[in-house]
Amino acid sequence: MSSETVGHQKYYVPEKSSIPIVFAIATFFAGMGAANAITGNGSTMLIAGMVAVVFTMAYWFATVTRESMAGLDTPQLNTSYVYGMGWFIFSEVMFFFAFFGALFYIRSFSITWLGGEGAKGIAGDLLWPEFEAVWPPMITPEQSLLGDQATTVGPKENMYLHSLSGALTWLPLWNTVVLLSSSATVHVAHMALKENNRKRFNFWLGITVLLAFIFVILQAVEYYEAYAHLGLTLSSGVYGTTFFMLTGFHGMHVLIGGIFLLTQLVRSTGYNHFSDKEHFGFEAASWYWHFVDVVWVCLFLFVYIL
Amino acid sequence: MSAVVENHNHDDHHHGPAKGFMRWLTTTNHKDIGTLYLWFSFAMFLLGGAFAMGIRAELFEPGLQLMDPIRYNQLVTMHGLIMVFGAVMPAFVGLANWLIPMQIGAPDMAMPRMNNLSFWLLPVAFTILLSTAFMEGGLPGFGWTFYAPLSTNYPNVAFFVFAVHIMGISSIMGSINVIVTIMNMRAPGMTLMKMPLFVWSWLITAYLLIAVMPVLAGAVTMLLMDAYFGTSFFDAAGGGDPVLFQHIFWFFGHPEVYIMILPAFGITSHIISTFSRKPLFGHASMVYAMVSIAVLSFVVWAHHMFTVGMPLAAELFFMWATMIIAIPTGVKVFNWCATMFKGSITYETPMLFAVAFVVLFTIGGFSGLMLAITPADFQYHDTYFVVAHFHYVLVPGSIFSIMAAVYYWLPKWTGNMYDEKMGRLHFWLSFVGVNVTFFPQHFVGLAGMPRRYADYSLQFAEWNAVSSVGAFLFGLSQLLFLYIVVKTVFAGKKATPQVWDGAEGLEWTVDSPAPYHTFETPPKVNG
Repeated sequence: MSSETVGHQKYYVPEKSSIPIVFAIATFFAGMGAANAITGNGSTMLIAGMVAVVFTMAYWFATVTRESMAGLDTPQLNTSYVYGMGWFIFSEVMFFFAFFGALFYIRSFSITWLGGEGAKGIAGDLLWPEFEAVWPPMITPEQSLLGDQATTVGPKENMYLHSLSGALTWLPLWNTVVLLSSSATVHVAHMALKENNRKRFNFWLGITVLLAFIFVILQAVEYYEAYAHLGLTLSSGVYGTTFFMLTGFHGMHVLIGGIFLLTQLVRSTGYNHFSDKEHFGFEAASWYWHFVDVVWVCLFLFVYIL
Repeated sequence: MSAVVENHNHDDHHHGPAKGFMRWLTTTNHKDIGTLYLWFSFAMFLLGGAFAMGIRAELFEPGLQLMDPIRYNQLVTMHGLIMVFGAVMPAFVGLANWLIPMQIGAPDMAMPRMNNLSFWLLPVAFTILLSTAFMEGGLPGFGWTFYAPLSTNYPNVAFFVFAVHIMGISSIMGSINVIVTIMNMRAPGMTLMKMPLFVWSWLITAYLLIAVMPVLAGAVTMLLMDAYFGTSFFDAAGGGDPVLFQHIFWFFGHPEVYIMILPAFGITSHIISTFSRKPLFGHASMVYAMVSIAVLSFVVWAHHMFTVGMPLAAELFFMWATMIIAIPTGVKVFNWCATMFKGSITYETPMLFAVAFVVLFTIGGFSGLMLAITPADFQYHDTYFVVAHFHYVLVPGSIFSIMAAVYYWLPKWTGNMYDEKMGRLHFWLSFVGVNVTFFPQHFVGLAGMPRRYADYSLQFAEWNAVSSVGAFLFGLSQLLFLYIVVKTVFAGKKATPQVWDGAEGLEWTVDSPAPYHTFETPPKVNG
């Protein structure tokens, strides 16, 4: 830092930057393109927009990294990044909170009342007399009334563990093992970095990234099974809805977190970034990773077991 | 190693703004970005106001005169969305940008480039939203609350969904910036309890925003999935529940309405103290009151849906929880009154708006208490009484506080004093206009006139005509506001750094207009 006052370093305020406005324009095309694609007007704009978003974001992160390597960031600026990442993760927690809230509401109220039980069960009794309040619902209320004529049809099978003997071939258990171990390995990597043991750091971070992608692959296998053999799809009633939306958004976050960690691995192996004291990029990625892990534990509990 | 950064990036800091149009696109300066936010919000205020004029013109007399009910619904929807997400929220973010760094003695916001992005995402989001006007199916017409299953069966809802996502991203980034700035960049000596109340109010607001904007994102995502991908969140046939939508929406929606009023509390506290020439009565209790209001805002959401068919226990819980909010709010109102008590009060324009805020916001608060009473709400629900209630807290509440803030800090921003006579004229026209518009809506509401209809029955005709006259008076007086602000930007009596003789705070220690960069070296705040 060139300009230092006593006891206080000058906070780095970039004078001007065209990254954000480019990013905003890219977002316009991504958002407009997504809406166009969904309403059946072609996906060219969406693809172009997403490519622009990804490139601008990568360029932005690279710029911040470059500034950091040039020593522009003071301890105060680092604190800003630390707080910023923390609050970003809080916003992500609240996003999942909305979907878990929907799941709990559906399980404790919607299904109960539709099945004719509880404080507001009377309408359910009148409208869908045959529908039973069980979780997971294997038939939808509409199906209980119309049978084969129904448009929203329940799944043939669900994702729960049906007998203890099948536990070893039960994919969600392996997913849990993979993700929990990856949380441990990323911690081991962090410890290694703090001891300045670069080789161990790279090794354990590499293992973590590998586990991340194994998880994504296992999840893809699970989805394939669900669609191909279990009749469980996004549109098989509220069970399919909550199952795919919760695990889907989580899987998306695993993918993002995996790419985030992979970036740190490349920074470490390819560019020799990070020191035992200064490695915020890696720390942020590992916090994100632990967050994704905690979400999975809740998912495993409330979507696959209870 | 790629660690090469052009040094001029941070060394020519002391230059003024860049020349030309590009300044506004690439700026990282909190004052520039604040200005962008404020002008954007004013443009949206006029656009949303134009929609409101359309509504009031149609309702001037019974029958369908100017538009069909679908068009009317679109006007109501766009009026709500634009005023909430385009006018009030960005105006407060603009004030936050201008004021927070100056009030806490920071050189800028903590993440200046992200700050620029937060702003520029707003025009992006509103372009996407408004683009539906030129599509088959037209603008959304399901109300700003977009209840399912009406919204899930509406054309073009995908554009609305992605517009809301982008607004949400903008708000979350803006809020992270505000919180980090406040937590990390206060001048040495400025402890949390010494922080000015506007800063406090924004710290709490930003926390609420980060907590609930993702929930809104969740709500619109579920809506999108139900509308286009066959999920059953809000569809009873598949095992979901339309009421679930309302729960999720209002879990966002109730904190959201406090997001639109807490910064107003901060502004009012500053202005009343300045023009009463007394320190604010009960600074600490103001902070605790705002924190309590914010905490309570998470457990009252279902008072928006008393008539939807909830179990009795829920009706009672949400009634009582809502009532409790009257306590911290009362603390604030009494504190403002106690601040004015025996003060040497003068009534410059900001003070006029601030005093009107206290009185009229309190009226809106009381009608809110009436609505909180579950059995009574079965009568009031979805009538014009509700419309009167929330317009009293939002127009002479939030909007008046924004106008008060603009008059109060405009000399600091521009270096010129506004025309006091014109300012007072603007206040009185707005004050009369707003009351003539919204007070009669209490009457027609209690008499049973339902909201969100293009037509109404004959017995409501007189008060609706009065309301429409008031609306046009209020709407047109805002053009005077535009004139006053533009005139002040270019000319006017030179302002001193202190501007108001009773004003306290770091922003009054710098020149008027405030230099492009302030507090590059933090000031020392004394105990």
